[in-house]
Amino acid sequence: MKSRSLVAIDQIDKQELLDLLARAQYFEAHPNSKILDGKVVATLFFEPSTRTRLSFETAVNRLGGRVIGFSDASTSSTSKGETLKDTIKMVSNYADIIVMRHFIEGAAQYATEVTDVPIVNAGDGANQHPSQTLLDLYSILKTQGTLEGLTITMVGDLKYGRTVHSLLMAMRHFKPVFNFVSSDELRMPQEYLDVCEREGIEYHLHTEFSEDIINSSDILYMTRVQRERFSDVMEYEKVKNLYTLHNAMLDGSKPTLRILHPLPRVNEISTDVDDNPKAYYFEQARNGVFARQAILTRALGIDPLKL
Amino acid sequence: MTSSKKELAVAALRNGTVIDHIPSRALFTAVRILGIEGLDTSVTIGNNLASERLGSKGIIKVADVEFAEDVLNRIALIAPDAMVNIIRDYEVVEKRHVSLPDTLVGIVRCSNPKCVTNHEKIPTRFIVSGHGADVRLRCHYCNHTVSGAEAATIQ
Repeated sequence: MKSRSLVAIDQIDKQELLDLLARAQYFEAHPNSKILDGKVVATLFFEPSTRTRLSFETAVNRLGGRVIGFSDASTSSTSKGETLKDTIKMVSNYADIIVMRHFIEGAAQYATEVTDVPIVNAGDGANQHPSQTLLDLYSILKTQGTLEGLTITMVGDLKYGRTVHSLLMAMRHFKPVFNFVSSDELRMPQEYLDVCEREGIEYHLHTEFSEDIINSSDILYMTRVQRERFSDVMEYEKVKNLYTLHNAMLDGSKPTLRILHPLPRVNEISTDVDDNPKAYYFEQARNGVFARQAILTRALGIDPLKL
Repeated sequence: MTSSKKELAVAALRNGTVIDHIPSRALFTAVRILGIEGLDTSVTIGNNLASERLGSKGIIKVADVEFAEDVLNRIALIAPDAMVNIIRDYEVVEKRHVSLPDTLVGIVRCSNPKCVTNHEKIPTRFIVSGHGADVRLRCHYCNHTVSGAEAATIQ
């Protein structure tokens, strides 16, 4: 049987992405059911991430499955020196599927190589976080009614921000126009610009976060600029407020514009934006449950649309 | 230096493999990658020999062993110009360049300290793209990408 693990969003093709989104849509309409009745889902969080763990566990609970696992490596055998391989092999005896988060990059990929139980990557360091990307895609689809031909503006830390890289990789199937707004130090890495070139995707690099860019956008994807990313503290002080969105900047924007953010936010979206109907970042998080229900059922080979 | 003296530096081989045109600085890494330390047949290693193309080169002669092609290709990253001669009964029966495989397993260390290959006992795996000076290696596990020149080898 084809592996149903999900380690990285770019492992799955356009058709499978659309299938996952259709599932998410189904689960939004039918959030509660018993289709995971009798299934045991292990959530192994070697690194704490309350938001992601609760979202996955809610997804399981609403579908009638059971959850085992840990929320912090200090409460697992890892603290006694057990290797990742041994932990995965042991848990594979108990669970039908493993959802794992690890600070080590490549941990989820490696896990798929030591067990036949499907693995769902819930984040491996700065590497991949496919369920975040799926919920971003679902949020875009839901608010715009389509994924095709949208103008997507990514703002902030485009160099280290894994969410923007994964979103770019997922959106490449849908003929977008990208605006990449960042300081030179945090600009989109060349390998992703190469992807755009290869796929014939229009993109524009900007260092100024102007209203013209906002007014042309369908989606504003804001990210956090972290101080520790800067080799030069002066440089950070110089740019930290250049990429903050204020409510007044949205005056000329499209009525259908929506603002997304993977959260947590610090100061890159001013709180005066929160009550603007274009602010979507809180509802975006709610879509995470449906996206994760989609991922879990796909990984288990259960098709809710055919039940 | 006369040509007879040049030949003295590397004794003739009846059967086996000669790997020539290895850059001098890569010679001992190549020896390690090929597992030559563990062989009990006669092995001749020469280094810092004059080379028109490389300036200074190394050469490895191994008696009675014919390495498989995929084994020899493991040194292509550090010795891209290496030439392999298969010798049978003093005759060169096959002569070919090494070529870089699509994936490099267990040769290059991942330079990302947070990569799983630096934490668990597993062979590294890199996906190779590009050619010549533009070779890029992407870690199969953490996706960290380095140029061929930046890659640090292990074994």
